[in-house]
Amino acid sequence: MRMRTGALVAGSAAIALVLSACGSGGDDKKPSTGESTAGVTGFNAATKGVVNPSDKKGGTLKLVNHSDADSWDPVRAYYAWVWNFQKGYYVRTLLTNASKPGEDGLKLEPDLAEKLPEITDGGKTYTFKLKAGVKFEDGSPITSKDIKYGIERVFAQDILSGGPTYIVDVLDQDQKYPGPYKDTDPDKLGLKSIQTPDDTTIVFKLKEPLSDFNYLLAMPGAGPVQKAKDTGDKYGDKPVSTGPYKFQSFDPGKKLTLVRNENWDPKTDTIRKALPDQIDLTIGTAVEEIDNQLLAGDVDIDTAQTGVQQGAQPKILLEADKKANADTPTTGFIRYFSINTKVPPFDNIHCRKAVQYATDKVTMQTARGGADAGGDIAVNMLPPNIAGHDPALDPYNTKSGKPQIDKAKEELAACGKKDGFDTVIATRNAGKEPKTAEALQAALKNVGINARLDPTDASLYFRSTIGAPSNTHAKGYGLMMAGWGADFPTGYGFLSILVDGRTISQSGNNNYAELNNSEVNSLIDKAKAETDPKKAADIWGQINKVVMDEAVMVPFVYDKALNYRNPRLTNVFVTEYYGMYDFASLGVTK
Amino acid sequence: MINYILRRLVTAVALLVAVSAVTFLIFFAIPKAAGADPAQMYVGKSATPRDVEATRVKLGLDQPIYIQYGRFLKGIVAGRDYNNGPSVTHCSAPCFGYSFRTDREVWPLLIDRLPVTVSLALGAAVIWLLFGVAGGVISALRRGSIADRTAMIIALAGVSLPIYFTGLVAQQLFVHTWNIFEGGEYVNFKDDPAGWANKLFLAWVTLALLFAAQYTRLTRAQMLETMSEDYVRTARAKGLKERVVVGKHAMRSVLTPIVTIFGLDLGGLLGGAILTESVFSLPGIGRLSIDAVNVKDLPIILGVTLFGAFFIVIANLLVDLLYAVIDPRVRLS
Amino acid sequence: MSTSLLKDGDPAPYRAGSAAQSFLDVRDLRIHFKTDDGIVKAVDGLTFQLERGETLGIVGESGSGKSVTSLGILGLHRRGSAKISGEVWLDGEELIGASPERVRTLRGAKMSMIFQDPLTAMHPYYTVGKQIIEAYRVHHKVSKADARRRAIEMLDRVGIPQPQKRVDDYPHQFSGGMRQRAMIAMSLVNNPQLLIADEPTTALDVTVQAQILDLIRDLQAEFNSAVIIITHDLGVVAEVADDILVMYGGKCVEHATAQDIFRRPEHPYAWGLLSSMPRVDREVRERLVPIKGNPPSLINLPNGCSFHPRCPYVERNGIPCKTVEPTLAEGTQDHSVACHIPPAERQAIFKSDIAPSL
Repeated sequence: MRMRTGALVAGSAAIALVLSACGSGGDDKKPSTGESTAGVTGFNAATKGVVNPSDKKGGTLKLVNHSDADSWDPVRAYYAWVWNFQKGYYVRTLLTNASKPGEDGLKLEPDLAEKLPEITDGGKTYTFKLKAGVKFEDGSPITSKDIKYGIERVFAQDILSGGPTYIVDVLDQDQKYPGPYKDTDPDKLGLKSIQTPDDTTIVFKLKEPLSDFNYLLAMPGAGPVQKAKDTGDKYGDKPVSTGPYKFQSFDPGKKLTLVRNENWDPKTDTIRKALPDQIDLTIGTAVEEIDNQLLAGDVDIDTAQTGVQQGAQPKILLEADKKANADTPTTGFIRYFSINTKVPPFDNIHCRKAVQYATDKVTMQTARGGADAGGDIAVNMLPPNIAGHDPALDPYNTKSGKPQIDKAKEELAACGKKDGFDTVIATRNAGKEPKTAEALQAALKNVGINARLDPTDASLYFRSTIGAPSNTHAKGYGLMMAGWGADFPTGYGFLSILVDGRTISQSGNNNYAELNNSEVNSLIDKAKAETDPKKAADIWGQINKVVMDEAVMVPFVYDKALNYRNPRLTNVFVTEYYGMYDFASLGVTK
Repeated sequence: MINYILRRLVTAVALLVAVSAVTFLIFFAIPKAAGADPAQMYVGKSATPRDVEATRVKLGLDQPIYIQYGRFLKGIVAGRDYNNGPSVTHCSAPCFGYSFRTDREVWPLLIDRLPVTVSLALGAAVIWLLFGVAGGVISALRRGSIADRTAMIIALAGVSLPIYFTGLVAQQLFVHTWNIFEGGEYVNFKDDPAGWANKLFLAWVTLALLFAAQYTRLTRAQMLETMSEDYVRTARAKGLKERVVVGKHAMRSVLTPIVTIFGLDLGGLLGGAILTESVFSLPGIGRLSIDAVNVKDLPIILGVTLFGAFFIVIANLLVDLLYAVIDPRVRLS
Repeated sequence: MSTSLLKDGDPAPYRAGSAAQSFLDVRDLRIHFKTDDGIVKAVDGLTFQLERGETLGIVGESGSGKSVTSLGILGLHRRGSAKISGEVWLDGEELIGASPERVRTLRGAKMSMIFQDPLTAMHPYYTVGKQIIEAYRVHHKVSKADARRRAIEMLDRVGIPQPQKRVDDYPHQFSGGMRQRAMIAMSLVNNPQLLIADEPTTALDVTVQAQILDLIRDLQAEFNSAVIIITHDLGVVAEVADDILVMYGGKCVEHATAQDIFRRPEHPYAWGLLSSMPRVDREVRERLVPIKGNPPSLINLPNGCSFHPRCPYVERNGIPCKTVEPTLAEGTQDHSVACHIPPAERQAIFKSDIAPSL
């Protein structure tokens, strides 16, 4: 997941706390899950437990965002905040991430499904039973066929582009299913890998075991859609709700108003609190104005959840009464740069290691906003919220963030480049990235590596500029600035797409270093099939170690965001699933 | 005169076609020529090459550029049909295309945003004309006085200070510190005229400050020049009161260049005041364009550009016609 | 008729503040402008009188102060930038000390002015008729229709054909001569008793010049106005002026009847003006003799006689032209001259050196 910071921070959680040694000071304590009834207060309270616990219904929740959703159609959305919003208010899926603080929030719970799936056939068949009494906003019951139809819509990428397509990769199985609009089946349910023996049973047939399959079904794109109500690429203008709220009015780019969905039965829903009577989302407010309104108590939260602007940071951090209403969760986003194994001299591992040692992570952290608003120094490629993360895995001893000139020079000598060499750093030309790249450039200069910056437009940076190997070779990109957050918080969701050598493609490539390590590849297959989450996590830990030893990626910051919550909010906590406040739980006092 | 207007209208249409062609080239052809694949901007991050290709076909980006452009022009005149999945959507003329990001027709979006931009532009225009011209006249007549120097310093500050500075400071002070004006979202005039003015007032003043400064300087210079004209002396020699000399004889000449600039400024603003609309969170054409640029929504960018060009061309035409009304020498030659 | 020219600070030879004898009585008029470079003494101690029915020609090169004088009489200088002293009596009323509002009511009514270059002097955006109507209605409470009738009547009077139609034309639609006639019509619309014509014929060709001058003369006779014609061209005033006042460097250097100025001019500057005057009654002979040199700077006038740098007779017989400023001395028959050369001698010089070549 890469795009502007925060614009597309999908999925991924944040346990700032596990890594408390790295910077955020004594505020952080290991969250004790289940302490929610008591409630917590103060700075970073919402990262530890529930602030202002309450079951009081009523009022209008006032949300604000600078930008509109990428799409309100669950199949087409990719922004993390939009997923949080959809899942919290109007899209129910078979399984949904639990609305709980701490590590419990990373788990999936049955939502439309009665219980977790029955997995048979060696992990290749997933069978779900639907709850009774679940309905669409028009009162008609949600059937297994509606869920199948909803998932089929993901296949219609010719019409409904923009969202994640993992589920297509898993369920297409060489059918070349074109999506429901070109489906020759009269019921438009021609996808063979999903079966609906009756209205309350749905069966997924996988070609090979995938232990994380449940996470794909928890994405909003896997929610049910009625064929009769499908308006194609206009569905996002008024999606049909299955959750506690429905669209009352939507003025694109200006305002979205949600009101209670009378056909949502709270008895069928163990996840959503549904406290406010109405939810207003004001779109298009200038970012500085959003901060002003937040601090004035005029709005409740900024749904972007990417942190307040620089101007507002001191107002919050230096005033105790304001600071008590703020949190700095880790967003689950990692900042790193890739070292291109196909661009000399980085085909030599010693030259790659020289960069690992020469990098000054402290100056790069500073360029990103420092420990509070930027994030903690990263030492390996699995962020703290992903199972398998090991803070002790630090093969280049970079916990302090300081460069190690002598070690770097040793590696340069071993690489046969005693006096250094020339290379190119690819970077986006916007945001904090140019400054961060300059910090890297300066650090490399100290060991004789002369790196030239090549800043380019952000819109096609990941897909074409560094996502096309032919381009990186032609331009001689030795080092490529990047950022990444998982679409779902597992090792598979986070790391596989970055390091699987078999997924290197000519455009839209995510394995920028072009690492094709057979050990990594076979470990990935092993992890995907491992049904025991603990064992899978161990394997991802091993993959992480091999990748770090290969020295193809240099992580430097695990992102944090300084977010502000209106004190009138109730039930506030950070869900680690998204690294932001759990929208589904929020309520307001008058 | 009729002939003249017709000729100008034909030129205006030709100009708009040229603008559309150039905009089209800039946003559709150049990225392609530079090796970028625009279709890749509109797919999710895990999209396969097949998905990219499907999107390319959907957006028509697989066609040669002249066919894409031809379709665009045809859409404006005759409308177009779009496949939206389960059905076909007809985008009736004038069809400015179909947003790549939100799959909405561009024309209704523009029309929807126009009242906000018009409200902003007209309100600001009234203020800056009033204060800019008055300030310039006073400055010129009291040349060298404290009033003159003050006006010129404010004018200099006005042109030098960017909107995103004055706008933010104004909002911070008047909305959040002193609570004189309400913040919050824009409201329509017809729903709540007082709220509408309340929300827009700071934006008007801020935007007007930028323009008033230019008008003050222009008016002052023009007034100084005019006051030394022979016909002003003649007016005095006739025994006219100074008020009449300045307010009628001199102003008539001063207003000529002001009208020209004013027409162009207003025309430009109707195409969207990007900074002001962004800073004051006003959902107008300018905000639409900046949002479109941020997400590379080419049809909206194209639509906004053409919309803006349309207003400028029309403003030019009106200014020329107005010129003929003001200056008889233009009318008759 | 008497004229005198004084140095700053000299006591005025007339009884300051005393009631005037003449219709127009200008006494020791000084108009100075403050500029960044210094004080411009555009008019520096000018005195003259004029009766109704009479015509005075004020002659001089550009920058000699003649236009400034006329604007000063009409009160058209901005009080802020111009420092004006002296007295201007019009029909027994002093104008310099009067309130601007009072002077305004006289302006355009009792005294009016015809400007040079009517293309720029008339407002390009208003019709000729409107401008005349406006001039009339400032001073007369009449309806627009009445004022329009009056405008047409005036246009007719100054010889504009089809005045009913031309009244709605814009200045740029008129020819130069017609425009000047319209300008005159505008100036005369209120029957002024004092008419100042500033270079009324400069931009016009010779035939039209003559027509315009005839017109002014006829109108003067008709209204019994006092007329001041300001020009750099002696030829213009030759036929219409009773008296001629020659200005140089903001001061009067010679003042006499027109006849005297043409037949017996005594100041070398007047000689120069005469020599450079084309004569229609002569055949074109050798080239005109222009006055050598340039008009003086009004900020730093030359010491002594301000004409001395250009005067061919400077320091003649040891006269201290460069140090001592000559006073305007009254010679015979109201003929005053500001020159150090003794009267007899300069008359002789004119007869022997200048007259034959004219």
